Amino acid sequence: MSAPIIHMENIKKHYGNVIALNGVTFDLRAGECHCLLGDNGAGKSTFIKTMSGVHKPTEGSITFEGRPLSFDSPRDAMEAGIATVFQDLAMIPLMSVTRNFFMGREPTKGRGLFKRFDIDTANEITMAEMRKMGINLRGPDQAVGTLSGGERQTVAIARAVYFGAKVLILDEPTSALGVRQTANVLSTINRVRAQGIGVVFISHNVRHALAVGDRFTVLNRGQTLGTATRGEITAAQLQDLMAGGQEMAELEGSLGGTV
Amino acid sequence: MSTETLVRADERVKTESFATKLMKRPELGAIGGVVLVTVFFFLTADRTMFTLSGIMNFMTPAAQLGILGIAAAMLMIGGEFDLSIGSMVAFAGMVFGVFVVNIGMPLVIAIPLTMGLAAALGVTNGLIVLRTGLPSFIVTLAGLFVLRGASLVGLKIFTGGSTQLRGIREAVEGDFLAPIFSGDAFGFILTWLAKAGLVDSFKSGVPKVPGIPVEIIWFIAFALVATYVLLRTPAGNWIFATGGDALAAQNSGVPVRRVKISLFMLTAMAAALVAIITVIDAGSTDARRGFMKEFEAIIAAVIGGCLLTGGYGSAIGAFFGAIIFGMVTIGLTYTRFDQDWFQVFLGAMLLLAVIFNNVIRRRVTGER
Repeated sequence: MSAPIIHMENIKKHYGNVIALNGVTFDLRAGECHCLLGDNGAGKSTFIKTMSGVHKPTEGSITFEGRPLSFDSPRDAMEAGIATVFQDLAMIPLMSVTRNFFMGREPTKGRGLFKRFDIDTANEITMAEMRKMGINLRGPDQAVGTLSGGERQTVAIARAVYFGAKVLILDEPTSALGVRQTANVLSTINRVRAQGIGVVFISHNVRHALAVGDRFTVLNRGQTLGTATRGEITAAQLQDLMAGGQEMAELEGSLGGTV
Repeated sequence: MSTETLVRADERVKTESFATKLMKRPELGAIGGVVLVTVFFFLTADRTMFTLSGIMNFMTPAAQLGILGIAAAMLMIGGEFDLSIGSMVAFAGMVFGVFVVNIGMPLVIAIPLTMGLAAALGVTNGLIVLRTGLPSFIVTLAGLFVLRGASLVGLKIFTGGSTQLRGIREAVEGDFLAPIFSGDAFGFILTWLAKAGLVDSFKSGVPKVPGIPVEIIWFIAFALVATYVLLRTPAGNWIFATGGDALAAQNSGVPVRRVKISLFMLTAMAAALVAIITVIDAGSTDARRGFMKEFEAIIAAVIGGCLLTGGYGSAIGAFFGAIIFGMVTIGLTYTRFDQDWFQVFLGAMLLLAVIFNNVIRRRVTGER
């Protein structure tokens, strides 16, 4: 496979005397889905916020497309091609899909005083992009509030892809979704990956991760416990790593292996 | 689009009828209100209410309120309130009066200066709201009292103790900008229509309505421009986004701070415009000018479909909301009802509008 688009080496992040990340190493290649797994409090959120430019690491280096990089703001990261779809999605339910899709980056036509939002083009692009992702909108003016959770995820992903993301960070995209919608989002991830975009998929659901992931990195207590490639690791092993080993094994025994 | 037919329609989504689509427009309530009020006055009021001069009679106060109401609507869509606009009318009126009477400035200087000062105060409002993170409701409520008091004190200082400043009409007489901000416009059209016998005229052939009061022209123009900006420009999208969810908008690259500050500037400048027009028209200004207008403007915006929580509404709605206002205030004088029913009506209308808007919002967002 090709060289990584983004490589993060030994990232540490301290908040005062709290050590949120204590040496995390992670890389991502174009066209792969790299799952970042970890239980609550493992440091997943801090880590992706570092990657998307919200936080600066206390220590460690980020290499993006072969160059050392330091983002000053999420905007810098966005412009470099790192798009993040957060859990809260940055979508406005009262606004139409088109208006959400182009929020902050509206296409215009005309000049000077007559420079205006090119709503027809915007509508067409939105419909086309959504269709590519397998969603048939009732119309481009349909309010985002009327979409299901999975469809909203897909709009957010489609938006990031359309605006040239090279790295797409998805923060627990399936955590609040039903079975059908989860399947939709996972197939969206598959489509995005096929376009050569690197996907970072954050989850604490091992089955969702195994369904689309190419590589799996497990975070625990602010540290990487190692990276495994698809086929090298089983769901049970991943689960154990995430939980930090022993207690989970005991629990699982008492629950009859259902977790 | 030809590709449309290739796509399998989602069987769970019913196709929308034109009526359902219409139901989802924010201005529907206001238009319905206009129809209702018109029918009501057709049945109860004297016929003269709906003659041309009668219409001008109720459109003039509607326009004065509507200019404020449209600005208030845009600010509300952007997620903020401005309770200081009524007092701003008094304050800007005072400042403008002092500029033209005490200092003797020509309008070409006095108007931009008044507007500029109002804009600066609007920016101040915006900055305080953004810096402190306090609700704009509280910040501008302070502005309501500060500006009202400052107008009173200022008037006393500049008139030597009176709370009314006179002589404005004389001061601006003959100024080349005066016709844009005062009197009637398009008089020639009405003269022509009168000659053709299409409008009522006096025996001399002079039309009974000498022209369209300029505030009505400003009102209509402002409603059109505001609607265009809201629906057809990136700035409009930013306003909806800012009011819908400021954080989400910020994360998507919308300049939220700039949007909010511009909107506070807009409401303050709309108040200054109303001040200039009404002060020249009255020939004097006093400290009670614009009293309670901040609430009436917000009511017009709410009747026009604006949600109190921001992110939804329309300028056209506020336009009709203001017309309902004008029709009711003036219309009651054409009926045998006590004029003071006006306030009862106002409160009832506001409550109805808010309830109605909530229902509409649920439909739009598909909340259940």
